[in-house]
Amino acid sequence: METITVLQWAFDALLGAALLGLAWWLLDSAELFRAIVLFIAFGLLMALAWVRLDAPDVALAEAAIGAGLTGALLLAALARLESKNQTKTNHKDHRGTEVHDGQR
Amino acid sequence: MNAVFLYALVGIGLFTLGLYALIVYRHLLRKILAINVMGSGVFMVLVALAARTQGATPDPVPHAMVLTGIVIAVSATALALALMLRLRAETGRTEFPEERLE
Amino acid sequence: MTDNGKQQMPFRLLLAVLLSTLAAGLGYAVLSLPSLAPGLSEQVAGKLETSGVSNPVTAVLLNFRAYDTLLELGVLLLALLGVWSLRGLPERRESSPGPVLDTLSRLLVPLLILVAGYLLWVGAYAPGGAFQAGSVLGAAGVLLLLAGWRPGARFAGLRLRIALVAGLGVFMGVGIMLILVGGHFLEYPPPFAAALILLIEAAATLSIGLTLAALFLGDRPETGARR
Repeated sequence: METITVLQWAFDALLGAALLGLAWWLLDSAELFRAIVLFIAFGLLMALAWVRLDAPDVALAEAAIGAGLTGALLLAALARLESKNQTKTNHKDHRGTEVHDGQR
Repeated sequence: MNAVFLYALVGIGLFTLGLYALIVYRHLLRKILAINVMGSGVFMVLVALAARTQGATPDPVPHAMVLTGIVIAVSATALALALMLRLRAETGRTEFPEERLE
Repeated sequence: MTDNGKQQMPFRLLLAVLLSTLAAGLGYAVLSLPSLAPGLSEQVAGKLETSGVSNPVTAVLLNFRAYDTLLELGVLLLALLGVWSLRGLPERRESSPGPVLDTLSRLLVPLLILVAGYLLWVGAYAPGGAFQAGSVLGAAGVLLLLAGWRPGARFAGLRLRIALVAGLGVFMGVGIMLILVGGHFLEYPPPFAAALILLIEAAATLSIGLTLAALFLGDRPETGARR
């Protein structure tokens, strides 16, 4: 009985640390595409946390909406952003430079 | 049962990280990501504090509030992304202008 | 100059210190809360039999705090109106789907619709309900849109708008009808509560799924001669 509690504590601590680390990693990452993919992973870990907190309804909604739909929305927006940018800057270190195309 | 407070502290940490990123970064998509992380932090505090009940079933009212909050967060994100794309189409910029700090 | 698209260094340091203080204050406030607090769970459990469902979260969402859910459907519709009124979004390159996406969407979309129907039904007595089912339906819509499907001209006009408004409309309709019958707004009589909740949830599932897929598409589907 004691080992179960210790294991549960260890799992909760690891999950909490993973959530915080993932949040910092996604907010600080250089490429936006990587940030969005990390955000989808963050949403899935949040769904795990909801299950640990006895909230299965919230876990279902978070997995579908928070991870899936928000991720799809963000990727679609990023594709629209970069489709205008493809002729100008290099994709690699895309950290919010000002776009200089005078078209449109 | 004290794992509840662990999750509540994680939620506060997520909120603070998101707030820092919201203020510091200038790209609008990063700000939208930061707002979503802040929202997730708030939801986590709500649901963690709802699990403090005696028996097995937690308090369902904060769960309903967080469900509503998740759906509203995705609608707000969609609208914010559309606004960002329209701003980009009009002005060609995806950042707020650099502010002088003096 | 600023580096990497962030603000300047001393500002960031000051901000980090201030936010750490904020986090410490919030942490202290949370940790000083009692470790055993039933909240409203006892009141909900006491009234659960007359609510029409046995899942407490569904009872809270669709019966005890039904007004909040009604307003939430309104917020969804409002966000879609906002996205549709921001015309002139940049065009996305339309590439034909590869064989993997094509096959997967054909396999997954019927399955997703089935899962959505199941989640809608089971929400009365197990985790599930209108929002979960609606979001799975929205995911099916997103998958279809990614595979290149667009609503035909026949569906994209008035029928689409009716289906989008159906959730909010049925909710308001049930509420007003209950006023006319003699009760208060959205006060379900206990014999009919289960049926009314299922009716509202079914309409809400359809609306939520369509709204989420339409938010993903972004542009308003053409109803004229173009497509």
